[in-house]
Amino acid sequence: MPTALDDAPAVKAAGAPGPQGVRRKRRRVALPYLLLLPAILLELLVHLIPMVAGLVMSFFKLTQFSIRDFSSAPAAGLDNYKFVLDFNAAAGKSLLGSFWISILYTVLSVGFCWLFGTSAAVLMQKDFRGRGLLRTLFLVPYALPMYAAVITWSFMFQKDTGLVNDLLGTDSFWLIGDNSFWSLVVVSVWRNWPFAFLIVMAGLQNVPGELYEAAAIDGASWWRQFRAITQPMLRPVNQVLLLVLFLWTFNDFNTPYVLFGASAPKEASLISIHIYQSSFVTWNFGLGSAMSVLLLLFLLIVSTVYLGLTARRRNAVV
Amino acid sequence: MRIGKIAPALVLALAAAATTACGGGDTSSSAPKELVYWASNQGTSLDNDKAVLQPELDKFEKASGIKVKLEVVPWTDLLNRILAATTSGKGPDVLNIGNTWSASLQATGAFLPFDDAALEKVGGKSRFLGPSLAATGASGQPPVGVPLYGQAYGLYYNKKLFAEAGITKPPATWEELVEDGKKLTKPDKGQWGLSLQAGQVTENSHHAAILGAQQGAQFFTAEGKPQLASDPSVAAVQQFVDLMQKDKIVNPANAEYADTAKSLKDLSDGKAAMFMNQASAGSFKNIGMDMANLGVAPIPLPATAPPNGRKVTSFVAGINMSVFKNTKNPDAALDFVKFMVSAPEQALLNKTYGSLPTVQDAYSDAAFQTEDVKVFQNVLANSAEPMPQVPQESQFETLIGTAMKGMFADVAAGKPVDGAKIRDQLNQADQQISAGS
Repeated sequence: MPTALDDAPAVKAAGAPGPQGVRRKRRRVALPYLLLLPAILLELLVHLIPMVAGLVMSFFKLTQFSIRDFSSAPAAGLDNYKFVLDFNAAAGKSLLGSFWISILYTVLSVGFCWLFGTSAAVLMQKDFRGRGLLRTLFLVPYALPMYAAVITWSFMFQKDTGLVNDLLGTDSFWLIGDNSFWSLVVVSVWRNWPFAFLIVMAGLQNVPGELYEAAAIDGASWWRQFRAITQPMLRPVNQVLLLVLFLWTFNDFNTPYVLFGASAPKEASLISIHIYQSSFVTWNFGLGSAMSVLLLLFLLIVSTVYLGLTARRRNAVV
Repeated sequence: MRIGKIAPALVLALAAAATTACGGGDTSSSAPKELVYWASNQGTSLDNDKAVLQPELDKFEKASGIKVKLEVVPWTDLLNRILAATTSGKGPDVLNIGNTWSASLQATGAFLPFDDAALEKVGGKSRFLGPSLAATGASGQPPVGVPLYGQAYGLYYNKKLFAEAGITKPPATWEELVEDGKKLTKPDKGQWGLSLQAGQVTENSHHAAILGAQQGAQFFTAEGKPQLASDPSVAAVQQFVDLMQKDKIVNPANAEYADTAKSLKDLSDGKAAMFMNQASAGSFKNIGMDMANLGVAPIPLPATAPPNGRKVTSFVAGINMSVFKNTKNPDAALDFVKFMVSAPEQALLNKTYGSLPTVQDAYSDAAFQTEDVKVFQNVLANSAEPMPQVPQESQFETLIGTAMKGMFADVAAGKPVDGAKIRDQLNQADQQISAGS
């Protein structure tokens, strides 16, 4: 804004704008849009159009009978929504089950990722021998190709031949039954905590050293310094980090799919897997779309509330 | 200004990218004809399939001038790839489909119907084995493919372990199988009576279908309405789960077995004495099984047939070859299908893969005169029935197979699986199939 106001008198002072001036001005106005155009086009193609298509699909009875010619699919009105929200029937019951599993999975996975990431980043603040090597090692899970990493875990979790039972001296199933949920959490935390580590480490670079020096002179303990300086200074970074981790984890499809295959055990059937099964395994795309729309709504509400709360807190602090 | 120049260029580039990214045959009439062929994974690996098929495709190109571009698709991806191709209309010209999906894929309307004229072009209807041809689509409608590889289930057994336990012949009834299984189960030695791919969804559904038929179950009404939760279905699933739960002749670790390789290895290593599978002599040979120790018999029947029980020891398994309706070269596609189902190709390919020819005239080859092959041949001809040929077949397989996988997981974890629990799960499957109908 200030630049526009500053520019206006300058143009006027030069007298009536000549054709060159108009062209220059128009170019200045058009340039940002022009630069944004490829991103907008791709955003439309990759996100918005499929999203609208998904929304439309959720109001149709789209199955293998009509998939080839969308336009012939019979309208379903709100039937798909009614069906998945009827928690007394099979589909609704299993959707609700998957929802709670996803919530628990997200809370545990994000919580541990944040805890490990922050702890490691804080410990890495001090200079010590081997710090570089350790930092690189910490980032390995994040740098490994997802498929190779998770499939290796699935080998390690095998009952008879896996390393996990060997190391723990147990004889348990890890890929089926109750334990499968914990296997999923372990792999997810292992994969994502380096991201939290990276982001928190970057955030810590912005904390001025003088604050710690002053605190140290005042005799503040390490814990006190962490609580009174590190944590508040990291708040903006943490707000973004937790939101991103929440969205990724709640929607996580790759980890369970690679770990368990197309039919995850019911104890580890996340909502993403559940939607995939409804859409692509039992060929009911309308139903799958309705579930996706509900999931999107839920994530939107949670994100909005979260952003609202954090903004209010930020304002209150200011 | 520049925006005017860039936008059309961008749109063109995107459009070009979108069209070149899709498959499909060459459409120009002057260029030599080209077909895209998606083969299912039949051999020991995708590369093995390429090595087997490429020389045959070259042979076909030499004879007809039609080039065939091959892509071998793993089983786990095949149905989704077909479905994506069906939706986009951009798929291969010719492809393999699992024959149990015939009626489901028929419902999409994306495949060329093999009416009498089309069947005539590939050699005539009478050449094909009746049961295999019956698994190419719903009855009363032109099939959506022709059978390419024939398969049937049999009971493989380790002769050495049988001899050690003093058992002289393979079991003919389920009661005998359980009895023999108990004699052969020695958990302290890591030896079990039977190996099951209990974590494999489709395998579970196949066994549900076979045992279901023996118990007299009809999973769908004549109108195509699902009725999975009937008494005979519950009895069939209970009988199968009880092999691990009550009879204890199956290692609970099998609840984790999601592929055939582990069960094949168990039988080969003497960790299991029996294994029910489709013809797999080639795979046994590959993993180093002493073939002199390998015997095969039909899957047992109940000693006393239940009311309405059918004498079924396998479903009609196998692979069909279909043509996408969207192909620009239907004649070339049919020529290729004709080549693949010709007697010499049928003999060669089925010999290599250890499957059964689907045309009568290929059986004269000496490779199909062995005792083992004859067991499967007899099963396919006399005691096999197709999986339910209804559009919801793929849902049926997935839902019942997944439910059984969960039941085995429960059994392995020591949680009892009783009739009420099975009925509840099958009821849920019924509801879900109905929702998609």
